[in-house]
This record gives sequence, structure tokens and C-alpha cells, in this order.
Amino acid sequence: MFDKIKKFFQKETAEPSIKNESETVPLSPQQVEDIITNQSIVYELPQLVAASGQSVGKQRELNEDSLLVISTTLAGNAGNLPFGLYLVADGMGGHQYGEVASNTAMRIFGGYIMEKFHPYLFSLPTAPLDESLQDLMLAGVAQAQEAIQRDAPGSGTTLTAALVLGEQVSIAHVGDSRAYAIYPDGRFDLISRDHSLVGRLEELGQITAEEAANHPQKNVLYRALGQGDVLEPDIFTIPFPKKGTLMICSDGLWGVLSEKEMHKAICDADTLERACQNLVNAANTAGGPDNISVILVRMIG
Amino acid sequence: MGVGGMGSVYRARDLHFPNVVKLVAVKEMVNLAPDPQVRKVVIQNFEREANILATLTHPSIPSIFDYFSGDDRSYLVLEYINGKDLEAVIRDTEGFLPSAQVISWAIELCDVLSFLHNHKPDQIIFRDMKPSNVMIDNHGHIMLVDFGIAKQFQVGQKGTMIGTEGYSPPEQYRGEATHLADIYALGATIHHLLTKKDPRLEPPFSFEERPISAYNPEVSPEIEAVISRALAYEPKDRYPNVAEMKEALMAAARQTGLLSRMPSSKAMPTIQSEGIKPLWKFKCEDEVRGTPAFYDNTLFMGCYDNNLYALNAADGAFKWKYPTDGGIVSRPAISEGNVFFGSEDKRLHVIRATTGKIVWSHYADGPVRSSPRIAEGHVFIGSDDGCLHAVNSISGRAVWAFNATAAIRSTPFVANDLIYVGSENGEFYCIDFKGKVKWQFRAKRGITSSPLVTEHAVYFTSLDGHLYALDPKSGWVLWKFRLGKGSISSPTILDNLIFTGAADGFIYAVDMRTSKEAWRFRTDHQVTGSPVIYRDALYCTSIDSHLYCLDAKSGQLRWKFATEGPITGSPLVYDDIVYVGSTDHQIYALLA
Repeated sequence: MFDKIKKFFQKETAEPSIKNESETVPLSPQQVEDIITNQSIVYELPQLVAASGQSVGKQRELNEDSLLVISTTLAGNAGNLPFGLYLVADGMGGHQYGEVASNTAMRIFGGYIMEKFHPYLFSLPTAPLDESLQDLMLAGVAQAQEAIQRDAPGSGTTLTAALVLGEQVSIAHVGDSRAYAIYPDGRFDLISRDHSLVGRLEELGQITAEEAANHPQKNVLYRALGQGDVLEPDIFTIPFPKKGTLMICSDGLWGVLSEKEMHKAICDADTLERACQNLVNAANTAGGPDNISVILVRMIG
Repeated sequence: MGVGGMGSVYRARDLHFPNVVKLVAVKEMVNLAPDPQVRKVVIQNFEREANILATLTHPSIPSIFDYFSGDDRSYLVLEYINGKDLEAVIRDTEGFLPSAQVISWAIELCDVLSFLHNHKPDQIIFRDMKPSNVMIDNHGHIMLVDFGIAKQFQVGQKGTMIGTEGYSPPEQYRGEATHLADIYALGATIHHLLTKKDPRLEPPFSFEERPISAYNPEVSPEIEAVISRALAYEPKDRYPNVAEMKEALMAAARQTGLLSRMPSSKAMPTIQSEGIKPLWKFKCEDEVRGTPAFYDNTLFMGCYDNNLYALNAADGAFKWKYPTDGGIVSRPAISEGNVFFGSEDKRLHVIRATTGKIVWSHYADGPVRSSPRIAEGHVFIGSDDGCLHAVNSISGRAVWAFNATAAIRSTPFVANDLIYVGSENGEFYCIDFKGKVKWQFRAKRGITSSPLVTEHAVYFTSLDGHLYALDPKSGWVLWKFRLGKGSISSPTILDNLIFTGAADGFIYAVDMRTSKEAWRFRTDHQVTGSPVIYRDALYCTSIDSHLYCLDAKSGQLRWKFATEGPITGSPLVYDDIVYVGSTDHQIYALLA
């Protein structure tokens, strides 16, 4: 996965240009994509654009998902750096507590990270941060874990969070919400690894992907925020998928749509907002069995 | 004594015996079921199981004295065990537990499980074998605590999740629990004891990918094989019963002499340290502390006899030497047929690679212990005068000197038109080609280590005991990895792993994405040299006077070679030959 991204970056980055074709209306998806890519050249500074979409779905009464989208830049002696914090949390467990857990995860984790960056965003930068970005994410997860066990005992939540700083994205991940790197050429790379029992059985070759999709224990997680005494989140840093889109979503989206369907829903849209709505609508059209949350992020410039 | 998920455990005194102090443990379980009917069933189940337990007599099972239930709580009065559980033992032990000790506990655990499995009329499955459920009493014997009895009180409302303990077998998730599940969990427990790798922090059922010997080389292959079979994914592939597993453990222990409690460190000496003969060696007149360079079938190596030597790389024959006025620790760089190197005589020397005749030299105000980096027509080199010098590599004209206020012994790295270098007061600089600071970072102590820069990160170590990964454009710390002690070793990379040595004597391999340790290898003294990758092997020196060759993926020792003195520099591998200098005054060439 990582190698794939690396390879992608090592390739010559040829700018696709608008072809001088006579027909102009309607624009093909490729032409739209080309325009977007081309327009992005006018931004001289790298910056983040993001959009999100949410739906309770067709079969649930409550929304137990939470999400957070923050995009800005960070001033520093090395110039303005893109800064972004994006997360999806999918609560579960007792009906009463699912949304409490996911909301607590969002508030505590998001709050912790933003508190740490507050001086760099809103004060004059003084001393550099003592902790590494990965240390921050780890501490944020630990605080959220503690808060959920205290405020919503018995419940749990997934958490997939992306902290973008410059051209790097650090991911903290627990559970079966997912992060993807999606490219215009159709590549759809899963960055996170589900902490689900069925996913693990599939990895071990004990069951097929098809069996996994219909497995009765599809929703059983072996790791979730709020559960267990010891929690080891997956934390890692990768380059931001430049020229591509970072997607974070709950299983209400990826569990319902194929990668192809998701890719189409994104590429058919002329804006990120529309792409999010397309994704949510497609999941609902497919039955909407669960809450749907999705965040799309691009780096332009 | 403790608080668990379902209630507390109390240490209590039995007042039936007022004249003596008889301690008992009282386990309190809270009945959380809201429905009165369900509550009743929970209590009934609890009492039924307590009755079964009360009939069990075994030295490794605590006696049950009484039980009773109140409104929303049930209590079990049982033998008080003065000791600590295996989880605490693992936590409180430095390094690995002796294999002999672990295996003797394992054999006792086999005995008690076998007793339970053969219980009549109904077989008893323990269901929850894990280190925290095994106590070691004051006599060093095991006690099985926390029988499944408490399970009745778990609330099963969590619909979409189960907290696996990491010790449970795959079939548990299909709702099966046979004695083969206990065998798996016993295997998992022993695996944890021997490797100190907590399975709750690893993906479920991943023992096969994490062989014991990859963590703890002292465990014999025989023992490992027994544990592996107990951990087989399919129940039918495991030992059919605990008695057979015990037999296998005893046999393996007998074979490796563990049974007679011989020191477990006597692992099989499969690697011959003396069997390796160098292709050639060359003796200088003083210590060789630096690192060689290779160019045009010639090996260039600086020495503390103040000379730079040029040797025929094939046979070690002397070609020429170039005298300076100070010791040479700097690793030579070669460009356009010229050899560049620093010397403690405060000069950067440039000489012809073929003849050893001087081309030009550049004067600094302090010893030059940094190594030159040549890029874009310039040579960049640090000095103890606190400056990074930029000199035109053809003409020798000084272009600029960047003042870092403290000695620069780190070798600069040039990438993306930027120069990266550390200094002895802990500052790390990213400088552009005009000598202007782009960003800087401060470590808690000096940075002698030379940075390695990829497209995504700048890696270096510091004497503050960390391996750092910084964003190359902004200097933000992506992650840092804690080493046992400070380091001046420079990191190197293979695939997803980054390697470095440290003063605690270890060579570390760390995953570059997750900053998690992949393996570590212990040498017998500080590691000041930098590891070098060649194909799938890692070569690294140690002050313990050895050159080590390890498997880069696993950290397993392939071979080691002893010189007659501490090795401070790094090896060089070229065309299947490893070259290394030692403080025993010699330069060695060995087959890689």
C-alpha cells in the first residue's frame, strides 16, 4: 500500500491538459476532472479543501456517527503549512450510548489535538511542540478511551482520524471505519485495516470476501474505543495522496457500496460537496441499513 | 485486592478462627441484569457452578469455603493466595523470564487443566486461560484463579462487539468451547510469557506470524514447535489432549536440558564466531576509527596515524598514503576522480584518487570530523569550529560558512535543494543553498548522527536517546522512537524498516510508518557505527569489537566476526565484500 503510494509519487507527474476536442457540452467526467486538475494549477500555495456528508440511513432511527472537519493553514518559519483534522466515529453498543460514545470520541480526541495546536494557530509560535504528531494522536486516543469508559460505560465506538500537516497525513485508527486514498485513474487504496473479526478471518484466508460480506458476525469488532483495558490504536504517517482524494467513512458507506460504485459517485461530481451527497444518496438507494458518514479531502496547489 | 469488570475482590479474615489470623479472599460479583427473572437465573447458575468448584480438590485450584447472594450481589469465599499473577510477573520482570521457569509453570498448568478436563461426570472447561488468571504463590507454584463462574455476571448487551482477550481460539467465536480451546489459550499464555508480546495488542490469531524465536532467541526450536502446535488454527491440528501436550513439553525440555534446570542461556551455538577468515587484512600504524570509501577498485580509509590509505580492494595491497597533520575519522567522498576528506588538522583535503597528489585544501578553524557531502558542484562539510562550510568542489573556493554556534560532526545530507545537518548542542538545521536557515529543530542533546532524508521524512538519532522522524519541509516531528540510551549512529533504511544503533548496545529496527519496534539485537557494548544494508542483510559494528551480519527483516544473527579491538566506525559493503576498520589498527575485508 505504502509502496504503491511511493511509486505513484516517484512517477513523473504529468499534468493532464484539456484536450482540444470540439464537443464541449456536456462535459465528460474526464473533462471535468481535467478542468479541476488544471484549475488547481492557479493555486500557488498548497491548501486543503474538504467536504462531508451524513445520513441516518433508511433503517435506523438514531444517528450514532460523529464527524469532524477542520481545514486551515498553520503559519510558521517554513511558510504556511496546510493543516487539517478530519475524523469519523461510529458508535455502537447499547442503543442508549452509541451516539454518546462517538460524540465523546470526537469531542475529546478532536479537542485534545486542537488544544495542542491552539498556540500555533492563534498565538505567536513560540517553542516547538514537544511531542511528535504520532505521540499526540496516541495521547488523544487514550483520553477519548478514558472519557468513554467513564461517561458511557459499556458502549464503544470506532475512530478513524487523519491529522494533515504539510504533505504528511498521520492516521489514528480503531475499529472498522475506513480511510482510503482514491485517485482519478481508478485506484482505490484502503489505508486503514479493519479491526473486525470477519476481516481478520478473511485476511487469514479462512473465509472468502463474499462470505465476509454476508457473515452474520460482520459487525463484531476485536478492537474499539471504550472497550477493554488495553487499547492499541493503529497509528501511522503516510504522504497525503496528492492528486488524489482522502476519504474517511463509516461502514454505513463502505459496507453497502462497492469500490467501483464509490469511485463513480465521486468522479461524477463536479465538487467535493456534491461527491459527498452522491455517496450518501447511493448508500441510501442501496438500502441504507446503517448510519452513513463520509469526509472527502483534497490538497490543491 | 482488586477491582474487576464485575465487582471487587477483598482480602478478609475468617472470624470462625478468632485466635489466629486466617485470611480468605472474598470475591464480590454485581448482578447487573435488570429483569428479576434473569437475575434469578444468574444467581442459580452462579450457585450451581460454585457447588461444582467446591468439590474440586487440586493443589493448583484454590479451595472454596462458602458462597452467598444478597440483593444485587453474590459472594464467593475462597482460599487466599499470597503471591502475584503472571501478568504482574511479566510486567515486573526486566528482560525475558527464564525458559526453564516458564516451562515448569506450563507443565503445572497442563496438570491442572488435565485434572479439569478429566473431571467426572462432567468435563470442566476452564475457558479463560490467560496470565492474569494464573497466580504464582510464595512457593513458586501456580494457582488457577477466576474460574468461568464470574462469566454469569457479564452483561451480554453489547450487541455488536466482543472484547477478545487475545488468548482465545478462533472457534470460540463460533460459540464452541471444548478442551481444545483451553489448549490454545494455554499455548497463547506460554507464548506471551516467553516473548513478552501481549497478544491483546496484536491482531487475533496472529501467533503463527509471530514465532517465539523472533523475539526471544533463547527459546529452543523444540519448545517453539510444541507451542506452535497448541496454537494451531484448526482445533484438530492441536494436541488431542493436555496430557499429550505435557508429554511433548517434557520431551522438548529434556532434549534441550531445560528439565535439569541448566542455565537456559546455553542456547545452541549454531553460529561460529571463529570460523570466518578475512579475505585480507591490512595493518596501519594507529587506530582506524572511521569508515572506508570505495572507488575504482580502490579502498580509501583514514587512520589515526594521520594518513589516508589507498589499498587495492581486491587483495589489500598498499597503493599509496597521504599524510595529514591530524587523525582522520571522516569518511572520504569521491567525485570527479578526487578524494575529499576531513582531518583533525582543521583541513578539508582534496587529493587525486589515482596518485594521492594534493589538488587543493580548505582551512577551517577547528578539527574536521564531519564527512564531506558533494552535491550541485559544491562540497558541504562541518567542523568543530561550529560552521558548516560550503566550498566549490572544483576550484576549492569557499562559498559560505553557516555558523551553527556548536561543533558540527554530523555529515550533511542534501535533498530537494536543501541541506540537512545536526550539531553538537542539539540543534538540527535545514539550510538552503544560500546558507539561510529554512527551519530548525532542537533535540534535548547533541546530534552527531548524520541525517537520512527521504521524500517523506528526515531521520536521525540524538544523544537524547531518540530516533527522530521530521517532516522534511517544515521540521514538525512526525514521530520519535525511544532508544535505551543516546545514539550517534546514523540510520539506514530497507523497505519499511529503519535501522540504527545506540549506546545501550542494541541495534534497532523500527517500522517507518508506525514507529513501532520491529526487532532489536543486543551486542555486548555500545554501537557507535552506523548499520549498513546490503541485499537482505544488515551489517553493523560494535565497541564489543565485533562486526555483525544480521537478517535485516528478522534481526536474526547470521554471523559475527571478532577483530582485536573495539570498532567505532561503520562497515562498507561493495560487490559482496564487507570492509571494516578497527581500533586494533587493522582494515579487514570479508565475504559478505
